[in-house]
Amino acid sequence: MERKIRVLVAKPGLDGHDRGAKIVARALRDAGMEVIYTGLHQTADMIVETAVQEDVDVIGLSLLSGAHMTLFVDVTRLLKEKGMEDVLVVVGGIIPEDDAPKLKKAGVAGVFGPGTHCDDIVKFIKKNVKK
Amino acid sequence: MNDIAANVLKGDPRFIARLITLAENNDPIAANAMKTIHPKTGNAHVIGITGVMGSGKSTLIYELTREYRKKGLKVGIIAIDPTSPFSGGALLGDRIRMMELATDDGVFIRSMGTRGMLGGLTSAVYDVVEILDASGKDVVIVETVGVGQAEVDVVKIADTTLVVLVPGLGDAIQTIKAGIMEIADIYVVNKADRSGVEQAVAEIESLIDISCSEKERKTPVLTTIAKENKGIFELVKEIEDHKKFLKKTKMFDIQRRKRYEAELVEIIRKRLMNFIFDESTFKGKVEDLIDQISKKKVDPHTAAEEILGKILK
Repeated sequence: MERKIRVLVAKPGLDGHDRGAKIVARALRDAGMEVIYTGLHQTADMIVETAVQEDVDVIGLSLLSGAHMTLFVDVTRLLKEKGMEDVLVVVGGIIPEDDAPKLKKAGVAGVFGPGTHCDDIVKFIKKNVKK
Repeated sequence: MNDIAANVLKGDPRFIARLITLAENNDPIAANAMKTIHPKTGNAHVIGITGVMGSGKSTLIYELTREYRKKGLKVGIIAIDPTSPFSGGALLGDRIRMMELATDDGVFIRSMGTRGMLGGLTSAVYDVVEILDASGKDVVIVETVGVGQAEVDVVKIADTTLVVLVPGLGDAIQTIKAGIMEIADIYVVNKADRSGVEQAVAEIESLIDISCSEKERKTPVLTTIAKENKGIFELVKEIEDHKKFLKKTKMFDIQRRKRYEAELVEIIRKRLMNFIFDESTFKGKVEDLIDQISKKKVDPHTAAEEILGKILK
């Protein structure tokens, strides 16, 4: 029985830089995953509601504005509230090194900054996705 | 997940979402749940939306949904995008135009890949329509992949089929008439702020006029500018009139019966293919026959007869 990994790629907050998110979305598709892309300017509520309806295994968040400690953590908090900790959360964008451990503490599984190879993200997801 | 069907009937979005995943993955749990769900279906008006790529189908669905929500109706949306035949992956981007609906609990949107199906739909779509229907949605909208000519399967599942076109297709309408121009219950010329809209309407109407079959209802051609919410109110009225027409002429039940026929055929096809190609029973034999066909030791028809012979005996 074939099971496809479903991934939600979302851009929370106000920054309009989505090239990175689109490249990652494309790489995940080419790795055989089903990728739902939401577009720009999403709230944490919209992202988590979409994750519920689309029954995704993974959420990929991208942010370059510096608001990641608020917006990424809002997403992981809402997931916890809904009992959806089994959804793997990976993030990318401009994330200062000091913030990565804090994000991981808040429930983010992987932090991928500039220069990451798409293959590494694919491998990380395939290795860590639940079920 | 024991009472997944019961929770779907209550309209719980997490169970609806999970059951859809199970149906997509051909999980036996889904087949089992559908036994409970099927008797509770039949209330939702199923609207199929098809049309050329870039005609604004997703934006149109967003506006239609807002109009239905004003009436207090609950809406389910199934947005289908192509699965890559090479990687098996898919990029599902129809939601981008509908994100404002994400936090409305009267709306449930699901993106699906075609997963190898031709015809503009995906194999599990019949199950998903039933799941959304049974979960209490009054309207279920199915958006097909952007069509070329032959992606007409949506007509099998929808009560009302909309074909969305744009001005400026010109003679292209002539070439697509054999496929999608035969399935519309309502034509929509979207992006009507572009030039050439009168010509587009005239060309579609001339195609309707030359089809000589006697019809009780002339297929209407509407113009909309979805992103400005123009023509949407009129379109919803036309969709509702079509439903009334179907009910009045008893066509409604005839079409529904055809949908169940298509669904039954699809389930049998899927299970039979899985039986032959995925189960260990035949796997080695099939591979062996393909080798023999390659070496010209056996022809494809004889090979197919051999496999079918094994099943039928």
